[in-house]
Amino acid sequence: MSTTRTILICSGKGGVGKTTTTANLGIALARLGARTVVLDADFGLRNLDLLLGLENRIVFTAQEVLAETCRLEQALVKHKQEPNLALLPAGNPRMLEWLTPKDMKAIVSLLEEQFDYVLIDCPAGIEDGFKNAAAAAREAVVVTTPEVAAVRDADRVIGLLNTQGVTPVQLVLNRVRPKMMSIQEMLSVDDVTDILALPLLGLVFEDEQVIVSTNRGEPLTLGESSSPAAKAYNNIARRLQGEDIPLMDPSEARKGFRARVRQLMQTRLF
Amino acid sequence: MTVKDFIDKLLGRQISSASTAKQRLQLVLAHDRSDLNPELLAQMRREILEVVARYVEIDLEEGDVSLETEDRMTALVANLPIRRSIQQTPEGGTL
Repeated sequence: MSTTRTILICSGKGGVGKTTTTANLGIALARLGARTVVLDADFGLRNLDLLLGLENRIVFTAQEVLAETCRLEQALVKHKQEPNLALLPAGNPRMLEWLTPKDMKAIVSLLEEQFDYVLIDCPAGIEDGFKNAAAAAREAVVVTTPEVAAVRDADRVIGLLNTQGVTPVQLVLNRVRPKMMSIQEMLSVDDVTDILALPLLGLVFEDEQVIVSTNRGEPLTLGESSSPAAKAYNNIARRLQGEDIPLMDPSEARKGFRARVRQLMQTRLF
Repeated sequence: MTVKDFIDKLLGRQISSASTAKQRLQLVLAHDRSDLNPELLAQMRREILEVVARYVEIDLEEGDVSLETEDRMTALVANLPIRRSIQQTPEGGTL
């Protein structure tokens, strides 16, 4: 039995930060010394290569590996600055209908032979793309934002993961805006965890540096960035590794008299 | 309801959008999770009331059948105040 952690990164809704989370966690885990591969299961609209700055280095995909036209080592794209990290695109955007749950299991079991972590970047939606991507997952990270549509879709995905026996399923709450939360114009962290009833793996504050880093194709966790999102992703990686790191408190950054009044205002009456 | 919601309510101000969001989500998720749309739920409510009304006299105005959800468990909760029971004969007719 392999000790590889095969983790599906999914969300249901598109645009909440699955791929950004996969890229940053991949780099962060690799920097902690874990042999990590990120598998882009969203091969119709693949973007993980772009966020990692590896878009010009893809020659083969998992598709060719399974067809035995190339070896796995030829298809794995190693990250230059972080050699512990490799990218494997599931397929070519032009060959849309090849991947089945069986193919996914086959490719993942090959990867599990040589990596400590297999992170699967799941496509949006809950149709075939999701089912294929989820077929080989042992555990999952559900990424959501504190918005009604994202939380609702996350709930659907969690329901599907539960019926598939994927466990544990943990939550990453992305794009948190502490200011809006403090005036109760954004669902609070507790609201979201209450509703979805999942353990919280991490909070990522809204951070402009994420856009800058995707522009460059260099995930924030790659450098020594002290931006809030970089810190959050590094913390999540350490928690996955079993370290006990306290969660960030959105109200912490805003302590002082006004923040205390605000906190009082959020006290539950009934 | 939080202190802020309460004060807002007292002052006739609009309730914070986060509370509204949470309430709306809880309702829509109860329906999503049980795969019951409001129409089906209304039909089920009528049928449940019919069955119960055969045995006891219930207050149809006060009766409520709804979905509640907590910790990913969705429950069908019926609250049907009984006025008095209807005595039945062994043959099934009412006295």
